[in-house]
Amino acid sequence: MSEFDYPNPVPLPDPSSETHLADETMALGERLPDGDVPEFDETLDEKPENQWLEMWRSLIANRAALVSLIFILFLVLIAIIGPYITPYDPISTNMAQSLRPPSSAHLFGTDQLGMDIFSRVIAGTRVSLTVGLLAVSIALTIGIILGAVAGYAGGWLDSVIMRVMDMMLAIPSILLAITLMAALGKGIDKAVIAIGLVSIPEYARIVRGNILSIKENDYIAAARVVGNTDFRIIFRHILPNALSVIIVRATLGISSAVLDTAALGFLGMGVQPPQAEWGDMLGRARGFIFQAPWTLLYPGLAITLTVLAFNLLGDGLRDALDPKSRVK
Amino acid sequence: MLKYVIKRVLMVIPVMIGVSIIVFSLMRVFSPDPAPIVLGQHATQESITTWRHANGLDAPVINQYFTYISHALKGDLGTSYYTKSSVAREIGARFPATIELAVAAILFATVLGVLLGVMAAVKKNSIFDAAGSLFALIGVSIPIFWLGIMLIMLFAGFLHILPSGGRINVMLEPAHVTGFYMIDAAIQGNWDGFKDAGWHLILPALTLGMYSMAIITRMTRSSMLDTLGQDYIRTARAKGISETKVIGKHALRNSLIPVTTVIGLQFGALLGGALLTESVFSWPGIGKYTVDSILKSDFPVVQGIVLLVAVIFVTINLIADLGYAFLDPRIKYSSKKEG
Repeated sequence: MSEFDYPNPVPLPDPSSETHLADETMALGERLPDGDVPEFDETLDEKPENQWLEMWRSLIANRAALVSLIFILFLVLIAIIGPYITPYDPISTNMAQSLRPPSSAHLFGTDQLGMDIFSRVIAGTRVSLTVGLLAVSIALTIGIILGAVAGYAGGWLDSVIMRVMDMMLAIPSILLAITLMAALGKGIDKAVIAIGLVSIPEYARIVRGNILSIKENDYIAAARVVGNTDFRIIFRHILPNALSVIIVRATLGISSAVLDTAALGFLGMGVQPPQAEWGDMLGRARGFIFQAPWTLLYPGLAITLTVLAFNLLGDGLRDALDPKSRVK
Repeated sequence: MLKYVIKRVLMVIPVMIGVSIIVFSLMRVFSPDPAPIVLGQHATQESITTWRHANGLDAPVINQYFTYISHALKGDLGTSYYTKSSVAREIGARFPATIELAVAAILFATVLGVLLGVMAAVKKNSIFDAAGSLFALIGVSIPIFWLGIMLIMLFAGFLHILPSGGRINVMLEPAHVTGFYMIDAAIQGNWDGFKDAGWHLILPALTLGMYSMAIITRMTRSSMLDTLGQDYIRTARAKGISETKVIGKHALRNSLIPVTTVIGLQFGALLGGALLTESVFSWPGIGKYTVDSILKSDFPVVQGIVLLVAVIFVTINLIADLGYAFLDPRIKYSSKKEG
């Protein structure tokens, strides 16, 4: 982490030759001689480049993370072109063909309503990925704002925000999510909101913790001295340094959002029929567990592989961002 | 230390008040009116008004909240919209089933998780380590309800060795004493019932405990690796103590301190997972009851359960935090502790 706490301070050239000398001999993050305040904004623009590049190299050197990344890109592709490549209409029923085992006509078999499971698994990819991304975006946006305000402002505002987060954490997230669903009503749009809201505290806590440690750095004090506004300090100087941690958390967050979506779908609170969603498919085919196992096998496999890929990518990103464990 | 304990205990109060407000407003303010759902489509305006009055829903929300809380503090969580019976009693009747399941799940998760974690750490980078990591990875990635379905398919459908759901064969059901079937059957000498309850418990407990098992494995591994790198372990080895003893006595004990906390927190998290597990296995506990009640808009029941679970969750967190402070003397809590 330490590497990210300090942007390379390359202070503006100073007319005074004495301080200029000091600049050249200065170690990373070391305090500048009194009275000399560096302007970091320009250095911030060039700093991420090499770091992101280094991170990227380290990430693709991790075979599990690389495979996961490729699989996720494949899922994204399926989500985009899915509707054009399904062999059957994913929502058209055909009772004459119900509960057929996998065959060349129906790769994954058909379900209790004669719908082609292969087509429905493909169609479900878009739902799961969209819900996952949207829910994480909601949680991330609100979580970052709350965490940043709490960590930066401190005092009573910090106490109030974090106590509210504690209250949300006092209810197991899936229970809170289905309670929210009870209030909001069924539907995939409501599921996005419910899943997004319940994961706010995680992000708020992480952002706050990072801000607390980053804001003690000298360059933040320096940024304040030169007259930056609080808003600018948070978004320009603090958050970019917490970005790596947030990205890791968000990647892992997508996997839990995909799991939660499937859970809500399984309980019959997610998408409404006939739309295809993996969890919903499992919930509706449950009664045919012994009669037609294939109806339950493939949608579950799709969820597991998706979640696994985001988990592996998140772990890989974490390792790549941690200079100590970086693969050389 | 005492100051920390008191402060930590007092912190529970505002959290619980906040939780009650959140749950109450979700159920009474933001939810759609339950009356048409409970009374059916053909309810007249008059019957709806009567029903709302009978259930206290026509009073101002603030008054409703204080009435609810003052009753809840006395153990009265209201009555179900459908059965008209006491929510507290309904929950009480189902609670032992959930606790029996959760205890079995946490036992499985702890035993296997610690074992795998220790093996992975001691034989770092070996096949054990890889297997442990893989198992843990699958544990956190597999949807709990799908795992349950697959286990039923394999052990009940394919191998025919375990039951696919329910708590016990009704013919063998013991008389209710504690509500925990295995205990009830045992104290009544009903050994067939004891065995049957045990068989019914295996698959749901495996399903529910899988995620916690994965977390405990990871935690044990990293904690054990951390401990094995300490100087006193090197000293112990240098003294010529056998490796088994170094690991079993010196390393394990110290590395289990953080694991204890995780186990505590996981037990709380299991109450959330029970929702799905119980639905899959038709397990008659509060998890299944919650799902059924939400689908029927039986809000007093949902409210009661969420409050109860929050109380349990917060209490377990408290015990875990305090236990950690007691177990690990290296932790010094200053009066200014970061939340």
